[in-house]
Amino acid sequence: MGKTLLTKVWDMHKVATLPTGEDQLFIGLHLVHEVTSPQAFQMARARGLPVLFPERSFATVDHIVPTLVQERPFGDPQAEAMIAELEKNVRANGIRYFGPASGRQGIVHVIGPELGLTQPGMTIACGDSHTSTHGALGALALGIGTSQIRDLLATQTLALRKPKLRLIKVEGDLPRGVFAKDVILRVIADLGARGGIGYAYEYGGGTVAGLSMEERLTICNMSIEGGARLGYCNPDTTTFDYIAGRELAPAGGEFERAVRFWEGVASDPDATYDDVYPLDAATLEPMVTWGINPGQGVGVSGRIPRRSDLPPERRDAAAQALIHMKFAEGEPVKGRKIDVAFLGSCTNGRLSDLKAAAAVLKGKKIAPHVRALAVPGSQAVRRQAEELGLDAVFRDAGFEWRHAGCSMCLAMNPDRLVGDQICASSSNRNFIGRQGSAKGRTILMSPAMVAAAALAGEVIDVRDVM
Amino acid sequence: MAKGKTIVKAIKGRAIPLPGDEIDTDRIIPARFLKAITFEGIGRYAFFDERFDEGGGEKPHPLNDARYRGGSILFVNKNFGCGSSREHAPQALLDWGVRALAGESFAEIFAGNCTALGMPAVRLSREAIATLMEAAGARPETEFAIDLETMTIRFPNGELPFELPESSRQAFLLGTWDSTEGLLSHVEEIRARARALPYLNGFR
Repeated sequence: MGKTLLTKVWDMHKVATLPTGEDQLFIGLHLVHEVTSPQAFQMARARGLPVLFPERSFATVDHIVPTLVQERPFGDPQAEAMIAELEKNVRANGIRYFGPASGRQGIVHVIGPELGLTQPGMTIACGDSHTSTHGALGALALGIGTSQIRDLLATQTLALRKPKLRLIKVEGDLPRGVFAKDVILRVIADLGARGGIGYAYEYGGGTVAGLSMEERLTICNMSIEGGARLGYCNPDTTTFDYIAGRELAPAGGEFERAVRFWEGVASDPDATYDDVYPLDAATLEPMVTWGINPGQGVGVSGRIPRRSDLPPERRDAAAQALIHMKFAEGEPVKGRKIDVAFLGSCTNGRLSDLKAAAAVLKGKKIAPHVRALAVPGSQAVRRQAEELGLDAVFRDAGFEWRHAGCSMCLAMNPDRLVGDQICASSSNRNFIGRQGSAKGRTILMSPAMVAAAALAGEVIDVRDVM
Repeated sequence: MAKGKTIVKAIKGRAIPLPGDEIDTDRIIPARFLKAITFEGIGRYAFFDERFDEGGGEKPHPLNDARYRGGSILFVNKNFGCGSSREHAPQALLDWGVRALAGESFAEIFAGNCTALGMPAVRLSREAIATLMEAAGARPETEFAIDLETMTIRFPNGELPFELPESSRQAFLLGTWDSTEGLLSHVEEIRARARALPYLNGFR
């Protein structure tokens, strides 16, 4: 019987069975950022434990960096203290660091694949729930807490239970105006924000096989929003072509040998799954969220569900959502006035995302009442976008063109909502207070939909302006 | 200064009902309070935006409710702790005085973080959680005992079975919930595994 990628890669990295019954799993690549790591370095230091494999950790700064000016010291003394602490820790432990002066800084989940660090068949961990992103290249990648970062620094291993596996099988062509973001928002709406607890998601089927690497990154990124701690796509020629030539990827003869290894880690055609969820791509339309978790989404032509139409286990969250969003059940999200448009994040801050938005914006102006931010996911994405003249498209349309960082996805830097502003956002979470104001409201959508909403000043169907 | 093994067999105390499905870690601790390089004193920020208005005035919230002061067990509903991996969330609850949670379900990273802090997060049915919330709400002085050996919550009016992944239960009963030492005991196997992996080894 065939094996899945999950089983092959898991078994390859298993060090031991622990007394608890958990597996001790070797983690091939550890990614580090400034927010969740300082306490872990302190804990390891306090116990006199050195970093066991410093060459397997790579660090950058993303959550707290200002995106207006990146010159040091940062204007926010707390942010400056955090980057200084990270820089102290990477220096003291011999960890490679991609800071603002490196030209390679960016959101950790954008730069990992971009630099060629993320590769098929790896196990990857980072103190950030969106680490699932890296699964797009055929890796097992999962978010961890700070105590687990301590484990990782000291032992390069984690104590883990192997999850069950659900195949999300998408078939058919994506209709015009429908993007990877809409696929994953649909999956999460269908299966629920907790539907993936205990599972890893394998995204497969003809539609996924036809997606670009950046589209796959968007889908895997939001696995955690559906409750699945890790999600992945099987590696194929799209994957290998994406990796070829990247700065830290294998080259020459090593690349040829790597491809042979990578081909072998993909799930076998006769592998079996704990669950299969089929999705017909032809039935999809652009998605928008109406609530306070990413599972509360609906097609843009649809209406906010009535609580009485929802399964009982979703009614409590829906009631909380309608109070916070000040929306009424049964009404459409389309036509809802927006105050802010945010383009960026580890979900949708890559070049193809900026291109999709720019294609909608080109030669047009955003609504006068809208504040709009375009925040590239990395310094490299920003450079590439500028080479294509996209910065001019954004600026001419009325967007602010910013430096790389997490920005208004979680508002740990100065970019944040005010009062109960509504934000059309290409990010991943519509949680209460997520974008920096306790009363702020977030509507998640694809980058093209964000651009369309910025132009109209309200949520519209991007298919009407393409 | 490695922590010695601390065995957790039972948590006893008064409880705080905190109803609501899908309470995410941004609600448990807003991101602006993550701008610190230690966890010290983080408890004061637990549920900050739900406990205080913009002017700093207290809002009605179970953690502000004088009747529940001193409670150490949180009763919650579905998918508690979903979202961000920030360990700041369970650290804030721990620092605030929480020692265990009982809920319908927990997000996986959050539950793992709770285990790593020696703080059990046990699961019961919706009906059982409703019973517990009602008992704590009606008589806040009620003492509850979460017993990891019998896998039941006992209180004066009854006893309810709960679920907990067996590996987490063993981590508490064996005192290995702080996992570093146990992992490090296999350092030779770890080095052997690293040498055997194709990547970062030239794919030979």
